[in-house]
Amino acid sequence: MSGRTEGGAPARHFFQLPRVIVPMTRALTLLRRRLVGSIFVLLIVVVGTFLLLEAAPGDAVDAYIVSTGGDAGMIELLRHRWGLDQSELTRLANYLWALLHLDLGQSVTFSRPIRDVILERLPNTLLLMVSATALSFGLGSALGIYAGARPGSFRDRFLSIGSLALYAVPGFWLGLVLIVVFAVDLRWLPVGGIETLASDKTGLDRAADIATHLVLPVAALGFIYLALYLRMMRAGMAEVWRLDFVLAARAKGLSRRRIVLAHVARNALLPLVTMLGLQSAQMLGGSVVIESVFSVPGLGRLAQEAVAARDTPLLLGIILTSAVLVIVINLLVDIAYAFLDPRVGAGEAGA
Amino acid sequence: MSPLRRFLRTPEAVAGAILLAALIAMALSASLLFPGDPQAIAGPPLLPPFQDWSLPLGTDRLGRDVLAELFHGARTSLAVGLAAAAAALVVGAVVGTLAGFAGGLVDEVLMRITDAFQTVPSFLLALAFVSVVGPSLGIVVIAIALGTWTGPARIARAEVLSIRERDYVAGARVIGMHPLAIAFREVLPNALPPVLAMSSVIVAAAILTEAALSFLGLGDPNRVTWGGMIAEGRTVLRTAPFLSIVPGIALVLTVLGVYLAGEGIVETTAVRRGLS
Repeated sequence: MSGRTEGGAPARHFFQLPRVIVPMTRALTLLRRRLVGSIFVLLIVVVGTFLLLEAAPGDAVDAYIVSTGGDAGMIELLRHRWGLDQSELTRLANYLWALLHLDLGQSVTFSRPIRDVILERLPNTLLLMVSATALSFGLGSALGIYAGARPGSFRDRFLSIGSLALYAVPGFWLGLVLIVVFAVDLRWLPVGGIETLASDKTGLDRAADIATHLVLPVAALGFIYLALYLRMMRAGMAEVWRLDFVLAARAKGLSRRRIVLAHVARNALLPLVTMLGLQSAQMLGGSVVIESVFSVPGLGRLAQEAVAARDTPLLLGIILTSAVLVIVINLLVDIAYAFLDPRVGAGEAGA
Repeated sequence: MSPLRRFLRTPEAVAGAILLAALIAMALSASLLFPGDPQAIAGPPLLPPFQDWSLPLGTDRLGRDVLAELFHGARTSLAVGLAAAAAALVVGAVVGTLAGFAGGLVDEVLMRITDAFQTVPSFLLALAFVSVVGPSLGIVVIAIALGTWTGPARIARAEVLSIRERDYVAGARVIGMHPLAIAFREVLPNALPPVLAMSSVIVAAAILTEAALSFLGLGDPNRVTWGGMIAEGRTVLRTAPFLSIVPGIALVLTVLGVYLAGEGIVETTAVRRGLS
């Protein structure tokens, strides 16, 4: 009854692990094509952030003078030295040139290079995102398979309405409710932060400490998107149920469980992988509020700090970093896809 | 069966419609039931709910009437949600139609711009826009629309690509109609149904984004917002959790109502009949 393989294994055309070489070349072709497109997209994002930076009232010199003081002559001097008295096109060129050297400018709030501040916060956000994605994708698709295995049944209706309700919950509010229940009332988990401050923990102890701190933020961020994967899986399975090969599998006398897992769910899983990439931008946005609720020192909280301190260059640096992150994640998803689905990129591989 | 009767026979859709109707009633009656400034002090601070029947849901940290704030907040949520979604749908439909109908370089440029907007997390974009331009109701609407027009644009484009090869479009060309007139008078109206089918998701997303922005203190400071109320309550989360929980429940019910009613309408009209 279980998923054991029988002698003459059934057609596993989609998920059969192919020889590695063919998908490798396909992935490379895909990568080359996508990289060119990504550079254009990134250029548009850069010009967009530059325009926002221009629209912001005051410039770096104003911010600097506010924090240190200085007279009109000093302002003139600084404007000239930092190239702010040049034309807009020259400044855009300077901005692009600096970005090419991975120089995002200086943060007035932190009195440090923006790049360093961002790199310091990035790992926490990545940890949060990867964990929340694993939770929402894993549990979401599993529940989706459970619901989609019997379309129209009670559990199907219950799970789809339940997931819709979950999808309607604002992440930051879910976070606050979790804090009230698990941190304030039950005192099981910490209220916020990424680790216990000044605890000198190392190695596994420190990892366990960080993990306990991450439980609530990961739950708050992951549960919202769980509903998305659940609903997509369920809808995808509903489509696949009607296809001929499912009928063939039934006619062959395969058990229902085997049909569900090996045929229906497998084929409904691929769109979810695409969603994983598309969803990464949303998740980065969602982590802004979640990190603020749980005081996780990540990129999202940094964005909120930048807003509070009116540090526009820092905020735009975060936006650029996020855009690069989203592009990289989507490239990775595309490559994974080329390995999972032999049909992808087959057209270009020969060319 | 007519679409309306099919709608009424779907319990989820009816539940959604009731939730939405309640929300609209709240928004419309806010000034009648709670005239005057909802941000004015109405009683002793931190009064718990169900203690004093003149203040049924109690008061917040500053002694403001929570129920009055809830009613006035419904107004902001609904106004921002609808306005932002309408803006996103219009911009998306126009951009998608232009890209799909013109093709070539115009298509390429517009779609790369769409890609760029989808690459930047829409919430971060909204955050940056509001923080640069300054928080007001109109700016919040624009900020939310900036991050949501891309979905409708892609759908409209895909639809237009399939429509532009049809006979009536060729006919319009033959009689010498201006290409822009063909695009917007002949093609766009026919490409609209699948775009409009997205509207419930977009309204819901806009309401949630507005709540998150005002939770972070970037809402219009002169208006009561549910997100702002949750943020207010957060400062006394340990002693008075209901102050954050009540407006959150209002948000969940609102968004759920939008989803359920929207899904009901889409399922029961012709748009997705093929699937049911």
